Amino acid sequence: MLTQITHDIATLSRRRWLAATAGVVLALAAFTPAKAADDTIKIGILHSLSGTMAISETTLKDVMLMLIDEQNKKGGVLGKKLEAVVVDPASNWPLFAEKARELITKDKVSVVFGCWTSVSRKSVLPVFKELNSILFYPVQYEGEESERNVFYTGAAPNQQAIPAVDYLMKEEKVKRWVLAGTDYVYPRTTNKILEAYLKAKGVAADDIMINYTPFGHSDWQTIVADIKKFGSAGKKTAVVSTINGDANVPFYKELGNQGIKATDIPVVAFSVGEEELAGLDTKPLLGHLAAWNYFESIKTPDNAKFIKEWHDFTKNPKRTTNDPMEAHYIGFNMWVKAVEKAKSFDADKVIDALPGIKQANLTGGVSEMLPNHHITKPVFIGEIRADGQFNVVSPDDPKKAKLVPGDAWSDYLEGSKDLEADWVTLKCGNYNKVTKKCLGSGS
Amino acid sequence: MPANVLACLRTLAFAIVLAAFALPAFAGPFEDAVGKFANDEFSDTEEAVDTLATSSNPLAYGIVSALQDGRLSADSESKKVYLTQPDGKIIDAATGAPVDSIPDSASVVRLNNKLRRHVEAALGGLTLQSPDAAVRIQAAQSVFKTHDETMLPAIDSALAKETNKGAKLAFNEARAAILLFKEDATDAEKLEAIATIKSRGDQEALALLTGLTGDQPPAIARAAASATSSIQNNLAMWSMAQNAWYGLSLGSVLLLAAIGLAITFGVMGVINMAHGEMVMLGAYTTFVVQNIIRTSYPALFDYSLLIAVPLAFIVAGAIGVLIERTIIRFLYGRPLETLLATWGLSLVLQQAVRTMFGPTNQEVGNPSWMSGAFQLGQITITYNRLWILCFTLAVFVILLAMLRFTALGLEMRAVTQNRRMAASMGIATSRVDALTFGLGSGIAGIAGVALSQIDNVSPNLGQSYIIDSFMVVVFGGVGNLWGTLVGAFTLGIANKFLEPVAGAVLGKIAILVLIILFIQKRPRGLFALKGRAVEA
Repeated sequence: MLTQITHDIATLSRRRWLAATAGVVLALAAFTPAKAADDTIKIGILHSLSGTMAISETTLKDVMLMLIDEQNKKGGVLGKKLEAVVVDPASNWPLFAEKARELITKDKVSVVFGCWTSVSRKSVLPVFKELNSILFYPVQYEGEESERNVFYTGAAPNQQAIPAVDYLMKEEKVKRWVLAGTDYVYPRTTNKILEAYLKAKGVAADDIMINYTPFGHSDWQTIVADIKKFGSAGKKTAVVSTINGDANVPFYKELGNQGIKATDIPVVAFSVGEEELAGLDTKPLLGHLAAWNYFESIKTPDNAKFIKEWHDFTKNPKRTTNDPMEAHYIGFNMWVKAVEKAKSFDADKVIDALPGIKQANLTGGVSEMLPNHHITKPVFIGEIRADGQFNVVSPDDPKKAKLVPGDAWSDYLEGSKDLEADWVTLKCGNYNKVTKKCLGSGS
Repeated sequence: MPANVLACLRTLAFAIVLAAFALPAFAGPFEDAVGKFANDEFSDTEEAVDTLATSSNPLAYGIVSALQDGRLSADSESKKVYLTQPDGKIIDAATGAPVDSIPDSASVVRLNNKLRRHVEAALGGLTLQSPDAAVRIQAAQSVFKTHDETMLPAIDSALAKETNKGAKLAFNEARAAILLFKEDATDAEKLEAIATIKSRGDQEALALLTGLTGDQPPAIARAAASATSSIQNNLAMWSMAQNAWYGLSLGSVLLLAAIGLAITFGVMGVINMAHGEMVMLGAYTTFVVQNIIRTSYPALFDYSLLIAVPLAFIVAGAIGVLIERTIIRFLYGRPLETLLATWGLSLVLQQAVRTMFGPTNQEVGNPSWMSGAFQLGQITITYNRLWILCFTLAVFVILLAMLRFTALGLEMRAVTQNRRMAASMGIATSRVDALTFGLGSGIAGIAGVALSQIDNVSPNLGQSYIIDSFMVVVFGGVGNLWGTLVGAFTLGIANKFLEPVAGAVLGKIAILVLIILFIQKRPRGLFALKGRAVEA
């Protein structure tokens, strides 16, 4: 109904609107920086600065600006200065594709760092393939994808979800599982993988409860009561949460208010980091868990330096750092090294140079870009503490964490366990090991 | 729960009593144990807790409870351990000597859930003899959950001395839970235990009974099964009541969000898409008030919401008047343009807040009287939801009274019912328009104060309520406050009864479909205005 009305209005007074739009465009044009000189290389930043995802993505834009700034202080790359081109896809998935096209064709960027939600990534994929450019995607996601033009610096399910479940099984002796998530592609696929994994580990179907809620769900009373009921069957119960973004705050508040403590029913979350906790009264959350590949609280010299630079750059000593920021840090430095190795900014040469590039991560290990365009990452389980940071509870010594290679195609799903991605020797993103055929998205 | 720890901590309690008479003697093992906290290894922390429990040092109890509360910090370099006392003073944990500040290199001693349970149950076991009945009941509850056999003598001795009725019941239940799982308890004891647990009848009782292993004598297995099914039936009854309560609570939130819109849209007929942003401004006002209180007057924190309510009304109301004077008054009688203008305005307000406060969520704390929950039979009622329900009804009644009994209310009704007649009677209609819009916006601001307690305070706060608000107002009948009330509670209760059956996503879709069908049948909503006012 609403769109109908909007449409009517648009037709009613189109002339007036045209005039207004023209005014806005002119005003915007006045703010666009002057065209850069030829000896700079442009880097596209495709993160939402308005709309629902602005809460998470604005930080990533800032960290990219900081990384580019620092690289320029070191003299740029191959003797050329880097220049950031920031666009705002406004949490609007089709707009992501449009803005990506604009970055590549109009601004002629060499590489793009961007996207948060899986749906925005899926929306820009065809653009990157068609125009043959490079995208670095910094967020943990559901896997089941490997594209020649995309480098996934966030965690695949085997680098976050599966280790978290293993931890709960081993350390907390959990026997009953609630898989709670927001209703979209990442939680649904992750939960499918987890369900298959749990069943493979001998968990009965009766001991798994799956629950989906809409984006931004705020009334959690019924669901939390259900979880409480499910947890009172005499077996240790845990919640595996793929609840996304804003909905987490009322969820944890309700848990706290209904008196569910981490010692009774722990919640392990895959989308709750330092940034999300910053808007939260953490008292009722003590001891609930999160699984990530980076925590701000891990003490290494690299991390301390990164945090200090971040505070200096944002001029705010309280700004937190988080996992996707580290992913951009790793991704950006890998890109710089690959360009230096290829001695060119040409997309094809950089894509070929990237696999095998090694870059120290911020937690004391060295991550490597794999032939399937995913990277090796350490996996940490952290407990929420009172100041909104995390205590690492697994592994015992975070600095000696084992690096897990990212697996594009899950081994626990029927359709994907035979698939393999390898862009170095096989030149294929979904090679079937049984039929020995590439199923399509090859080069 | 390792039994030896409980035993250790009981010894510790004894040690504290002793220490009251004797001067503390600093033994080597105690200091070594405290030093282990600085190793930053969970196994060392566990050992340290065990050693502390058996040491005769009076500081031990304080250290263990500080560990639980995250007030214990350790420096892994110097191996020094610092304890922040509840009153903010810092002492060296090993010696008890006061320290000025904790060095930057020290960090809070880490706990994991396993250790936390370990410490929690141990401290819980210590409080069975506490002079405070509420603390004793809590301790008994934690024994009920863990049903640790070694606690039986302690429970028995506490039970013998107990005079408080509630505490006695709790001890009896804890005793029953232990006996039920005790290997060498007689069948008669076990049957009695099942009866006690059955009469408790809540989810924890159910958890205990279903957790019973299969190799029980037939009589006991039968009794347990019948107790389980009777508890389940009872709980099913209560869950209906619980759903009804959740429905009321959701209804009150919908009403609160919609009530301001019932004025601006319902009474004035302005399609106000910026209504949600007024709610958001109210929430941000709460945030600012709490921020000032946190930094300058921490003692007033529990009153922060009371202070925020009038301020939110003034802030949102003033902005409402400003919007009416500068934008909306030029658009009366042109609903489509109003819709577009207010929608644009909502984007402007969102971006303005995003620029001023940043895109991230802001932390708004719950005052102590709005945290936690209480049990009513088998229903858990959370205080924040209860207060919001009361608050909503209070706002509704005040608004109704205002419209009915004050001069401004009379003028508002006159202007909306027949503008020209009202003008000819000497009412300054444009002033009344501004005040009415201001009132609607101000009430939206108040709603923001309450919603900040259950939702995120972010620039998007308003967006998540605007659709629901319009739904409630249209469903209830435009122009009728009572319609909004009934509409909100109907939608809330219907939603909550659908949710357990259909799931949250399908439940919401079902509600939308039902509303569409309903509007087809009754386009003017539940309580349609009749008579001349309709055409005005």
